[in-house]
Amino acid sequence: MSMSPRRRRQIFRVAGYVLFAAVIAGVAAAADWGRLSDAFLRLDIAGSMFPEAITVALWNTIVYTLLAFVFGLTLGLLLALMRLSSILPYRWFATAYIELFRGLPALLVLFMVGYGVPLAFPDREIPGGVYGSVAVGLGLTAAAYMAETIRAGIQAVPKGQLEAARTLGMSHPRAMISIILPQAFRIVIPPLTNEIILLTKDTSLVYVLGVTSTTIELTKFAGDTLNTRVNPTPLVVAGLLYLAITLPLSQLVRGLERRAGGER
Amino acid sequence: MSTIEISGLHKSFGALEVLRGIDLSVEPGEVVCVIGPSGSGKSTLLRCVNLLEEPTSGSIRVAGVEVTDPDCDIDAVRRGIGMVFQQFNLFGHLTVRENVTIAQRRVLRRSRAAAARIATANLSRVGLLEKAGSYPAQLSGGQQQRVAIARALAMDPQLMLFDEPTSALDPELVGEVLAVMRGLAAEGMTMLVVTHEMAFAREVASRVVFMDGGVVVEQGPPADVFGTPREERTRAFLHRVLEPARVSENEIGVQRKE
Repeated sequence: MSMSPRRRRQIFRVAGYVLFAAVIAGVAAAADWGRLSDAFLRLDIAGSMFPEAITVALWNTIVYTLLAFVFGLTLGLLLALMRLSSILPYRWFATAYIELFRGLPALLVLFMVGYGVPLAFPDREIPGGVYGSVAVGLGLTAAAYMAETIRAGIQAVPKGQLEAARTLGMSHPRAMISIILPQAFRIVIPPLTNEIILLTKDTSLVYVLGVTSTTIELTKFAGDTLNTRVNPTPLVVAGLLYLAITLPLSQLVRGLERRAGGER
Repeated sequence: MSTIEISGLHKSFGALEVLRGIDLSVEPGEVVCVIGPSGSGKSTLLRCVNLLEEPTSGSIRVAGVEVTDPDCDIDAVRRGIGMVFQQFNLFGHLTVRENVTIAQRRVLRRSRAAAARIATANLSRVGLLEKAGSYPAQLSGGQQQRVAIARALAMDPQLMLFDEPTSALDPELVGEVLAVMRGLAAEGMTMLVVTHEMAFAREVASRVVFMDGGVVVEQGPPADVFGTPREERTRAFLHRVLEPARVSENEIGVQRKE
């Protein structure tokens, strides 16, 4: 039997759709929908979580994220500049830092900051209580990733930009501040926004520091409600609230990338 | 005092010796065009003058200041030297006006009003005042290069360096940039120009310098270098550049199959 290549491609495509639909239908048929909705979609339990789910838990999640991001970005910028420095010990330190903190679980670092720092420095404490500890604990890890992103951004700015700035009489630091970094940051806005998305989810680790009813964030809040009501609906509520932060952010990244692509 | 005085300049990149003993001076008001084949060291020579490249040995004085002296404040020297690049190198995140004002503000510490006034004068000078609010990416290559010239002029340089300013341009845009440079020369600006535009060199230069293999092969008034070149290497180069359609196959070693 001879079949034209076009006909063969059509048949393969239709077969693909049919198989996909069959798998979905099979999984859906196997599930017990009544039990699923009793477990995950109890509207009364979901309703009882509000308004605290938003005014306290979602709010704290956002605050933890932003604090860790600002701390991480500042430290990350510093590390990126150290990595590109002509001073060898700076480069060593930055490289060692980045390798170390990219290799450690964020949870472990958070533990160390939450419990190790008070033991090591009994007379001092990180300002801001649990907020400060979260900013440092999550920011230390985020800084390692952001340093590499920023370094790549700085190196993506054409070499001629620095030369032009220097020939106008700008010192190296002045050229960095006025010419190179503004362009580098434009380049790294999409990956940095991705970093905010990752940080948002990492705030679910904050419970290990022991949070109170005022400093609670989404995951701990959902977990507590799950324990008291013996029903997993709160997890769905928390999941939807996380998505309410992360989906717009990832849309934003996509938009920024499209715009950056269009400029060239 | 010469504006530029170069003596015994050597520059190596690793094992590659690009400049092999250059002696050259440029007097105030002179327009010196440097010509020569690719890889002859012309651009490297130019970039040594404002220390974008560190000379391996030799001495370079700009307006009497020894730039190779480790104690020399190179940022101060560079303020007096305008430079125009092959790739324009306008600051992409700034508007045309901001490109022309930023160094005035941050380096010369001019007031906002003074910087704006000088920017306006220099953008008019290159015929682009109406583009003051545009971003570089919105301009043609020729327009970008004219802005780059205005940006350099806004610093009131005593010397302008041009590094193949028209080599990255589409042919129909070369003329507008050369027109600005010709006007600048007529006003008495001291210029050191690395170029492949032989017609410009012949017409505008007070002196033409032919470089090959990292040395100055010959130099003199354009009428002499172009009209009666003394060196065989100069003649061969000019033949290939000025009459590219007449380069014969046996000159370049083509072997015909019998």
